[in-house]
This record gives sequence, structure tokens and C-alpha cells, in this order.
Amino acid sequence: MITAPDYRLQRNAFGRLELTTAGGETHTGVVPVRAFPISAPDDGIGLVDPHGRELAWIEQLSELPDEMRALVESELSGREFIPEIRRLISVSSFATPSTWQVETDRGTTTFVLKGEEDIRRLDSPALLIADSHGIHFLIRDRYALDAPSRRFLDRFL
Amino acid sequence: MTAANHASTAQSAALAKVSAPPLPAAWTERVQPQLAADEEVLAWLEIDLDASLRFSAGIVVVSNARLMAMGSGDESVHSWPYQPGLTLTRSDHAGVGTLELCATDERLAHWRYTLGTDVAAGRLIDHFTRQLNFHLTGRLPAPAAPGVCPSCETPLLAGDEQCPVCSKEIHQPPSTWTLLRLGRFARPYRGQLLAGFTLSLLSTAATLVPPYLTMPLMDKVLIPYQNGQAIDPALVALYLSGLLGAALVAWILGWARTYILALVSERIGADLRTATYEHLLTLSQEYFGGKRTGDLMARIGSETDRINIFLSLHLLDFATDVLMIVMTTAILMSIDVRLALVTLLPLPIIAWLIHVVRERLRTGFERVDRVWAEVTNVLADTIPGIRVVKAFAQEARETSRFRTANAHNLEVNDRVNKVWSLFSPSVTLLTEIGLLIVWAFGIWQIASDHITVGVLTAFLAYISRFYLRLDSMSRIVSVTQKAAAGAKRIFDILDHVSSVPEPSTPVHLAKVTGRIELRGVGFRYGTRSVTRDISIDIAPGEMVGLVGHSGSGKSTLVNLICRFYDVSEGAILIDGVDIRSLPVAEYRQHIGLVLQEPFLFFGTIAENIAYGKPAATRAEIVAAARAAHAHEFILRLPHGYDSLVGERGQALSGGERQRISIARALLIDPPILILDEATSSVDTTTEKEIQKALDNLVRGRTTIAIAHRLSTLRDADRLVVLDRGSVVEVGSHDQLMACEGHYYRLYLAQARNVDNEDSLSSVELARAADGERL
Repeated sequence: MITAPDYRLQRNAFGRLELTTAGGETHTGVVPVRAFPISAPDDGIGLVDPHGRELAWIEQLSELPDEMRALVESELSGREFIPEIRRLISVSSFATPSTWQVETDRGTTTFVLKGEEDIRRLDSPALLIADSHGIHFLIRDRYALDAPSRRFLDRFL
Repeated sequence: MTAANHASTAQSAALAKVSAPPLPAAWTERVQPQLAADEEVLAWLEIDLDASLRFSAGIVVVSNARLMAMGSGDESVHSWPYQPGLTLTRSDHAGVGTLELCATDERLAHWRYTLGTDVAAGRLIDHFTRQLNFHLTGRLPAPAAPGVCPSCETPLLAGDEQCPVCSKEIHQPPSTWTLLRLGRFARPYRGQLLAGFTLSLLSTAATLVPPYLTMPLMDKVLIPYQNGQAIDPALVALYLSGLLGAALVAWILGWARTYILALVSERIGADLRTATYEHLLTLSQEYFGGKRTGDLMARIGSETDRINIFLSLHLLDFATDVLMIVMTTAILMSIDVRLALVTLLPLPIIAWLIHVVRERLRTGFERVDRVWAEVTNVLADTIPGIRVVKAFAQEARETSRFRTANAHNLEVNDRVNKVWSLFSPSVTLLTEIGLLIVWAFGIWQIASDHITVGVLTAFLAYISRFYLRLDSMSRIVSVTQKAAAGAKRIFDILDHVSSVPEPSTPVHLAKVTGRIELRGVGFRYGTRSVTRDISIDIAPGEMVGLVGHSGSGKSTLVNLICRFYDVSEGAILIDGVDIRSLPVAEYRQHIGLVLQEPFLFFGTIAENIAYGKPAATRAEIVAAARAAHAHEFILRLPHGYDSLVGERGQALSGGERQRISIARALLIDPPILILDEATSSVDTTTEKEIQKALDNLVRGRTTIAIAHRLSTLRDADRLVVLDRGSVVEVGSHDQLMACEGHYYRLYLAQARNVDNEDSLSSVELARAADGERL
């Protein structure tokens, strides 16, 4: 059952999200932030103003009317950047720092892994890999990778 | 627009004529045809993401006529000539930068890129703004200033040729032949090593004598006796004394060799440990922030020990084994070539087997190491936090965490052992088969009168030793791999270049007046930009208070001024010199730091006060303690200044510890003083005492104070209000209160809380009074 929230969202000419509260106050540059970006991406999304103050809380993305959900989703997709690694093509060395060439859901790229400790074990079998610039790469299921990728990865775990 | 921005625009205008770095080869072909005859490329940014955040190459170019963008996906070229109202801005979030081109009423375009190229984006905006200005006002950009990095335009330090920003980005993997790198530590002991090797050679030769003597014993004594001849006692005595002599010589030489080499390897291990620790301490705060204490302790402690044992025992044994094999082969060949060849037949097979297993074991042992560090990390996490664990009754959970880590350890070990356990028996089997071949071939040869029984006996005696050695040699595989893994982990530390590098041509400041200038300082931690474009000038002797919510970047700023981290953008100057061009240790001697939680080392109070100046006299220590209002409570302790503090030492209260750390800062008499929440962990009464101590400390020094309680900053000459990494207000308490801005709100919020506290305590007092009356 979808109940319309008491605020309105729209996108302005600068591509920024605008939120108008029930009281008629308008905030520009509103940013949706997932509270659990990895473990539960669709549960709990905060709409915060540019100063980091929370304006609204979305319990579940599916609660929102379609139009607003589309706005929030498009804004999220423009902000979220956690490429998911599908395949490891090559690694420059098994000692760190090592340059990895990977195939992700967002295309092929290379990044530098500074140390093994930058590979974070999430709830098994997921892994989160931080590169030297702090971009996070996700491996959703490391056992589902193909054999060569698993062999590469194994040397770092 | 503060003074800083003026400074930076003046500076950027000055950079205008610096010729742009050449376009990347991949783009030259596409950009060049687009350019008009007199058009010149000034800056460019290679972007690696498209609008939907997929990896895809593109380029944004600033020329003297327009802004241009193209992507690898399509052939079209987008172009925006300079016109009033255009702005180019960048922002970043979670590792992705956004560059936005806006007109006054709408966004014209935006581009995304990963932060590796963020510096180039900054440069692009710089050039764009400058050109736009030029087109609108007709003011010619000023000529270039020297000493700027050609690729990112960070001002270079005096004498430094390499840009500190760009050189940070180099990532080189260490070489695989890590163990050979230990040679650097072996070099000082060349003499002893040579002596040890010679002794090995001699003692191995001595051990090879007895099997050789079995040949004449067999052929000249035993076989003739069986054939009816009497035994010659003199001959027997000669051979037997030969056996005894060889054994004695081998014993003495072996002892000398082992002793000398153990001595040397112990020293190499100790040197390695010290070098690692020494290097570790030079690494920046950033490194320690990213590592766990347990892991670092394991590396310096047990890894060096493992390498040490490898050098003193395993490598030595291995060298001896190789010598023995070479010598044995020579002897066997000299006795009988054909039999020798047959005897040596299994050797290549075993060598191959060793090689196969080596590869599998190496990765296995590396993993075992990492898993072991995981187990110690659990300990390092839990034991310091034991109060929290107990308070929340989570012992069972922590135990299960340990059990999980341990189970993981077991599992990995099991996998390695599966390969490893197969290894030794296989070698033994091969040994037996080898012996079998020698027996069969030998008997056949004796039957056809090619060799004597003595020769076969000697061969069998040699070969059983020989294969025995091969068996022990096979053990070298695992220990070498373990040691190599250990060496790799050690060299990981040694190879780590401090992110706070020493300048190549340091500038020395004889006297520091304490003038600090921050010029457009920005700092990025990972992908999060913590502070941006902060510019403050602090006069010598001035006291500046940093104010702001937690997370506003106050402590980061202090860390940057102390050079625990290096700025990502901009520069910090002391007396007009970039702090990056001063030797790190020398620079920090000018700074006295008092932290929120004073750290006392294990040792006496006097030692702790004199930590920054170990040569201080007792009179100086007492004077510093007096000035810090610590003298009296120190005298109340049972052993006065000789009382032990620190871990397991005398328990001191927070205020007492703080005053000791103030005395510590006073003793080195620094021109610059930094108080990082020096009074916030104590109650108000203690705060007053500490404040008195601080008043002595602050006098005549440039002071930067962070305080959560605004009341403690009343004496500050100037307050700098920070919010989310930027300076929002600067002024004295009265000025800031008058303008009713950020500071005013902070102050009011706190004042309200203080009032509440006061009213609460008065209520309690009243209650207590009531209680007494009843």
C-alpha cells in the first residue's frame, strides 16, 4: 500500500533535486543517501540537504509513488559508484601494491590495490575491495567467479 | 571570497603562460582537427567515466577560445565558447568527481571521473576561470611563476625536482626474489660468512671420508678374510683410526661452522628487526591509521625471528647438503662412472617433485601467515577493549569470533598439510627405489666382475647418506617459502615510502618566530575531502582558537600543521618556508603538542617530562613541572619524580596526566604550541587547574588551540570557525558574537547546556541538603 509522502520532489534546471516540504519550504540540492548501501540497499534512504541535515526518511524505496521513486533512483544511480567485479583479467603481481585489470558491470578498468588489508570481507561470500583512490569494488560472490579469477583472488586472501 | 582566494587567483593568473602538458597520444588525433588556426590547448582532463558511471574514456579540453568535450563512444564534439555567466565547478562523492558546467539559469553539461585525475580537474577549472575572466574583462593573464609541477601545478618545494603530489601516485610491486634482498643485511658480515662457508666445505669433506674407507676395509680386510686370509691388525688399526680421525675433525669443524654462522644470522636478524622498526617509526600517521597493531607487531617480532631461524639453521643445512651432494657425486664418479650414473638417476625426479610441490606450498604458506595475523588481530582487538566486552557481556561472542578465526586458520593449514604430508613419504619412497636400483645394478656388475664388493658397499654407504640429505633438503622448500613470505611482509614495511617524505634538499631554519601561513590547504582522506581551501595567517605569538562541530576538520588541520599528514592541496608555511622542505624531525622540534588523552610511556615521571629533551637537567624538569602546576602532586607521590607511570605504573588521574604532558611540552620550549582538546577529558575543576598550567605554556608562543568548550578559548586573540572542512568565520569572541553567525549559534547552544548543568547540580545540592535535614 503506497501512501504519498507529505513532501514533493522535483529536478531543477541545474540537475539538482528539490524537495518541497508540506509547509511549502523548498530545499535545493537534496541528496538521497542509502543507510545500508551494501547489506540492504533498498531499505532506509535518507533525503538530506547540502548541509547534511536529514529532511525525510524513506523506509523502503518501494513505498514511494512511481514518479518520485524514479527521481530518487536516478539521483542515486548518478551518485553511487561501486563497480561490481565480474572477472579478474590479470594482476600485475601477487605482492602488493598490485595493478588489477578487471571486468566490472560498468566496463573494464584497472586499479591499484595497495595492500591485502584493502580487501574487506563482508558477509561471506561477498568482498569489498578498496583501490588506491578509495573507490570500492564489490565482488558479490567470490565463489561464483570463473576459475582463473578465483585463482588470482585466492592469492590475496 | 577570502584573502586565500585572492592569493590563489593571483597565483593562478601567474601560472597562465605555463605551456600545457602535451595531450595524451590517444586524443591528439581527435582534438587536433577541431582546433582553429590560432587556438591553443591550455589544459585538459581525461575522464574515465561516462554520465551513467560506466568506465569509458573521454576528454575535456580548455583552449583559449572555448571548452570542448568528447567521448570515445561517439564522434560528436561538444563545445562551449566563453560567455558571461559560465561557471565550471567540481565536487566529489565516494571516489567519483563531478565537473559541472553551468550557465546562470541551467546546467549545460557535466562529466564524471574517478578521483585519480582530480588534480587535473582542478587545473582545468583554474585555466577555464582565467580564460573566462580574460574574455570578459580583457585583462591579460600574468606571466608564469617558476617552480610549479608541470603535471599538476602544485608549487614545487625549494630544491625539489619531483612534485610531492604526483610522486605519491607511483605504485611498484616488490620483486619476487625477496629473500635475496636480505643480502643487504648480510653485507657487513662478509668475513664471518666466508669463514663459515670454508668451514662448511671442510667439515663436509671430513664427513665423506668414512664411507670411502669402507671400500678398502671391505676389499682388503673382510673379503680376503672370508677367502681364508688372516686379518692384518696394523691395516685395520690404520683404517679405523682414519674413521675416528675423520669423525673428530668433522665434529670440531662442524661445531665451529655452526657457531659462527648462528652468530652471524642472529646479528642479521637483529639488524633486520631494528631497521624495520626504525623505518616503521618514520612512516606517517596515515600508515598507522590503516594497519592493525597486532599485524605490525607480528611482522616485526615473529617474522624476523622466522627469517633468523631460516638463515641460521635451514639455509646452513641446505648449503651443507648441496656441498655434500656435489662432493659425493665427484667421489662416486671417480670410483665408477657407470654405477654413479645409475645411482644419480632418481635425483632429477626428486628435484622435479620438489619443484612441483614448492609452487603449491608457497601460496599455501603465505595464506597461513595471513590467517595467523587474523587470529592475532582478534586478540589485539579484544584485549584492549576488554572492559567494553565485559560490560556488554559479549564474552561468548568474542570467543566465537576467535573460534571462527581459528577455524579459518585450521582450514587453511589443513589444506597446506594435505600437500605437505604427501611430500616426505614420497621422497622416502623414491629413496628406497633408488637404493633398490643401486643394489640390483651393483649385484649385476659384481657378477660380471666389473666392480668389487667394496665398491658396492661404499656406494651404498654414500647413497644412503645422499638420499637422506635429499630428504632433508626437501624440507628447505617449505622453510624457504615461509621465510620468503616473512621477508616479503618485512620488506612491505621497508619498501613503504612515507607519505610524509623527507625533502631531498632540506632547508634549515635556525630560529623560528612562529609565523604560520596556511595557503589554500586541502586534505583528502581516501575519497573523502576533509578540509578544503583553508587559508589562515597566524602571527608570531598569536593565540588562535579553532572552533567547530566535531568532524569539521579541526583535528585534521592540527595534524596537517604538525605534518602527521601532508596536505593534498595548497601549502603550509612556517616563517615563509613550506614545511615540506624542512626536515620532518627538525620541524616537529619547534612544536609542542598537548593532546586530549595524554600518553605516558612506561618509566618515571621525570623521564616522561623529559621525553622531548632527554638531556634536560633535573632543575629544568622541576621548573617545567612547577610551571605546569604538576610539581606539588608529583611530590605527593611516594617516589616523587622517580615514581613509575605508564602501563602498569602509578595510577594518575586524567588531570594529573595532562599536566605532566603540559610539562613535557613546556620543557622543549617550542615557538609553536598546539593544544588539541587539552582540557576536554576532565571535569570543570580540574580544567581550571590545567587552564592555569596552560596559561604559563601559552605565554609568548604561537598557539593553536582546539577546544570543544568555547569558554576555554576566551583568551584567544582570534577564533577560526570551521564547518565541514572550510573556514566560515574568523574574528575575536566579541566580533563573532556581534555578527550572530555560526559561532554565535554554537556559543548559545553550549551556554544553554551549561545552564542546564548548573541548574541540575543546584537541584541535586538542594536535594542533598534536604536529605541531611531529614
